[in-house]
Amino acid sequence: MTAPVATTAPPPSTASGSLLSKLEIDVRMLGMLAALAAIWIGFDLLSGGVFLTPRNLWNLSVQTASVAIMATGMVLVIVTRNIDLSVGAILGVVGMVIGVAQVQWLPAYLGLEHWLTAPLAVLIALVVGGSIGLFQGWLIAYLGIPSFIVTLGGLLVWRGAAWWVTTGQTVAPMDSRFKAFGGGVEGALGATATWVIAAIACGLIIVALGLNRRRRLRFGFPVRPGWADAVIAAVACVAVLGAAAIANAYPLPAGTARRWAEANGIAWPEGGLFIPHGVALPVLIAVVVGLVMTFIATRRRFGRYVFAIGGNPEAAELSGINTRWTLMKVFGLMGLLCGISACISTARLNAATNAAGTLDELYVIASAVIGGTSLAGGIGTIAGAMLGALVMQSLQSGMVLLGVDTPLQNIVVGAVLVLAVWVDSLYRRRIK
Amino acid sequence: MHTNGTTPLVEMRNISIAFGGIKAVDGVSIDLRPGEVVGLLGHNGAGKSTLIKILSGAYRPDAGEIYVNGEHADISSPRDAKRYGIETIYQTLALADNIDAAGNIFLGREVLTPYGTLDDATMEAETRKVMARLNPHFRRFKEPVKALSGGQRQSVAIARAIYFNARVLIMDEPTAALGPAETQQVADLVLQLKKEGIGIFLISHDIHDVFGLADRVSVMKNGKLVGSANVQDVTQDEVLGMIILGKCPPGATPGPGAS
Repeated sequence: MTAPVATTAPPPSTASGSLLSKLEIDVRMLGMLAALAAIWIGFDLLSGGVFLTPRNLWNLSVQTASVAIMATGMVLVIVTRNIDLSVGAILGVVGMVIGVAQVQWLPAYLGLEHWLTAPLAVLIALVVGGSIGLFQGWLIAYLGIPSFIVTLGGLLVWRGAAWWVTTGQTVAPMDSRFKAFGGGVEGALGATATWVIAAIACGLIIVALGLNRRRRLRFGFPVRPGWADAVIAAVACVAVLGAAAIANAYPLPAGTARRWAEANGIAWPEGGLFIPHGVALPVLIAVVVGLVMTFIATRRRFGRYVFAIGGNPEAAELSGINTRWTLMKVFGLMGLLCGISACISTARLNAATNAAGTLDELYVIASAVIGGTSLAGGIGTIAGAMLGALVMQSLQSGMVLLGVDTPLQNIVVGAVLVLAVWVDSLYRRRIK
Repeated sequence: MHTNGTTPLVEMRNISIAFGGIKAVDGVSIDLRPGEVVGLLGHNGAGKSTLIKILSGAYRPDAGEIYVNGEHADISSPRDAKRYGIETIYQTLALADNIDAAGNIFLGREVLTPYGTLDDATMEAETRKVMARLNPHFRRFKEPVKALSGGQRQSVAIARAIYFNARVLIMDEPTAALGPAETQQVADLVLQLKKEGIGIFLISHDIHDVFGLADRVSVMKNGKLVGSANVQDVTQDEVLGMIILGKCPPGATPGPGAS
């Protein structure tokens, strides 16, 4: 979604270009952030100030988590010149399996509401999702069946399998500890934890920038000017602390707060209690997944191989890279991430339905592509894809807020996808 | 032929490979000694590239054996070939366009930190060293190689081949895409590497390229070896006759493909 930026911005002068390159800031990412800001401000004005409230932003973050997590894996899939159309269906079948597991199977051994139920359900989700992904990856990498076909078949197979688990019956409710994965009141971490996490994040940002700088200096490589590193650190920390402040500015609803106060033996005062939500667990999971995936994609040998395969499969093979095994792992990782997202969406719904994740494959692919992943392969970033997911979800939730009819929402989202890719291709051609 | 008694660095004996019933390489034997440049000549489709892809591990031969330093070598992947010190500069260069110079040079052989992450700083430092030797004007270390000129891309591909102490270097049409100055650079490099005792297979369809640099030539036609000769024992016209007609002159040792 660079649409508004790329078309209206004046051609970058050499001065600003060199400044940006000196700061080593990704201009494309900056464009996406500007587009997101434009969307947010636009919806806020149109909705009369409802969009940019802590409540709406908090909900937006929770709604984005599931698709954003899967989008991080889709980046790697698309970078290797493949596609995965089955992610929504995998989410569906994994959701059904863990739903049945915690409502029927596990209680038979552990009893209801056992503390082990939630961790075991997550473990099952990861194993089932990862196995499905690895199996599809094996078909693609070792049997040479095109990924489009394997995952198109997978879409039908796993959606059918999701129905088969309970012959279509919805399973509810979920284990109460498991529900924390969906956000909501159970999954809101509260003010203190949120501030602690934000502080740790700020510390890590500063340490990471400092270490990187020291390392480059030791090898005598050019570094950013010191003030630039300081500005980047400051902007990042302000963003983190700002997000924490927004999450903490959204109080629990009065009824829930009252129940919470009673449960914790706090007297209910006359004016009510302001108990902040704090960051939601699924959002925290999505952020951690994003960081881990970025680490894998940029700092690990596996990530380097993924990009090399996307850039030139033959060269990767001739370099002695085991391209098949790498490809199989990419799909395994994609399945694993579907498992995580299945936990989040099942917990959020507090029910396992065989329709969960329907059309998610399209949103996930669209997020990755809007986030700058090239369908030709070899190019893409995890952060871009997550930002792409946020852009998509912002559009959708903004239109819901404005009372736009569902068919019209789809039309807008579809048009934006096409427009974004077109603008992006113009941008890429110009910088070349 | 050289008969100076040293063990060949590499010897390929009776190599054959077929694709879908067509014998791309048919019973070819060639060898290479330390510090020697052997030109492998032939028309497009004569089987030169296929033969060297067998040596570099990209293809497995249907028949025949490879000896490295007189010992039987089992080469079934590019990784195996590199373990024997056999490095290849492919005609297409085989670079991942979206990755920078350091990433390409160390592709498949990354330097890792003690924590198992990519040691990009060390790899970049090493890249700066090797590129300073090959192409002193090279500055674009941070850009994907797609952004580089033909000559710069070529030097990245060469750097990848020589950085890991190659003993055998295969150059497939190394100057096909280069201008005169860059071609001369490659020629200088070949002579320098030869002095260091590296054996070089120079694959080309242009005999002028090869005649200036090679000690010996081997000519292939229709997948078969026409013959091999010391460069000083044959004329360029005679070698042309080998390439075009498959006719082996008196100064050369005929192979099974000689007519």
